[in-house]
Amino acid sequence: MQTFLTPYGRVDVEPENLTLGELVVTDEGTELEVVGLEPVRFEPAPEEDEDWGE
Amino acid sequence: MSEVAAHPRIAVVYDRLRPEERMLFEAFERSGVPFEQVYAPHQSVDFSRFERSPFDVVMERCLSQTRGLAFSRLYAAAGARVINRPEVIETCGDKLATNAALAAAGVPAPRTGVAFTAEAVLELCERFGYPVVLKPVVGSWGRMVSKLSDRDAVEAVLEHKEVLGGPQHKVFYVQEFVRKPGRDIRAFVVGDEVIAAIYRASEHWITNTARGGSASNCPLSDDLVEVATAAARAVGGGVLAVDVIESERGLLVVEVNHTMEFRNSVSTTGVDIPARVVRYAAEQVVPA
Repeated sequence: MQTFLTPYGRVDVEPENLTLGELVVTDEGTELEVVGLEPVRFEPAPEEDEDWGE
Repeated sequence: MSEVAAHPRIAVVYDRLRPEERMLFEAFERSGVPFEQVYAPHQSVDFSRFERSPFDVVMERCLSQTRGLAFSRLYAAAGARVINRPEVIETCGDKLATNAALAAAGVPAPRTGVAFTAEAVLELCERFGYPVVLKPVVGSWGRMVSKLSDRDAVEAVLEHKEVLGGPQHKVFYVQEFVRKPGRDIRAFVVGDEVIAAIYRASEHWITNTARGGSASNCPLSDDLVEVATAAARAVGGGVLAVDVIESERGLLVVEVNHTMEFRNSVSTTGVDIPARVVRYAAEQVVPA
């Protein structure tokens, strides 16, 4: 388990188990999206966009 | 796209990793079908170096419909078989286009019309009788769908759309309000086969599970299979979710979804939907 400190809180994850596009939740309850693996990078995950859908 | 070297012959292009994409990835792994995950936000295309797709088959699974259509077009132009094809996405992603395709194919649907001025849409509403349902032409998950009980309510919403909305909101899409039995039906179509269906029930008149509706198994009646198959064919076929309502006039197709969500439907129906989709994708690979 590795700890990442972000401006939105702390994330404890196994980097080798992450997938691009996956959502993780910080200890402060903020949803972040995994946007990079080498190195691991997170960005705030938008909740919904106008063109999202199925 | 060119950054992906020679690899498996099937790719899944996605952006947000929803439960559906995770289930599909797991289904690929379980089935032993090699595939590649292509994270859409990291891709770029230089048209001066446009190359043939390294994949025979590309499954488009983007949450952003704009991005999904773009990737479907790019991979189709690069020679891949795309699930779903750009023409199918264009039709399903636009309710006007969907209704036009359904009407042309004679698929039963609620009485629906489009108009381009407030006067014309009010005339349609009067013809349909109140309440009516006003929907954006492009949109999903029941967003910005309004059930309007009288002319005053329609006028109020139209004024908001005219003043605040973008160009797409100037195409007014109106539908009769069909009194359904507290539920609608979602049928999952893979290729030419209806593989499963669920009822989506809610106290609210919008029964979409994305809005809190609950799912239960729906038996595949002959009528349902016939109407869902006809709707899928009408929009061009592929891997599709056909939303149907039960009415006094029989089953009516409300919409067809081209990037179907099925997270609530596998245990509900007992059908391994992602496995069926993976099998369909594998069948599309051209033999070497």
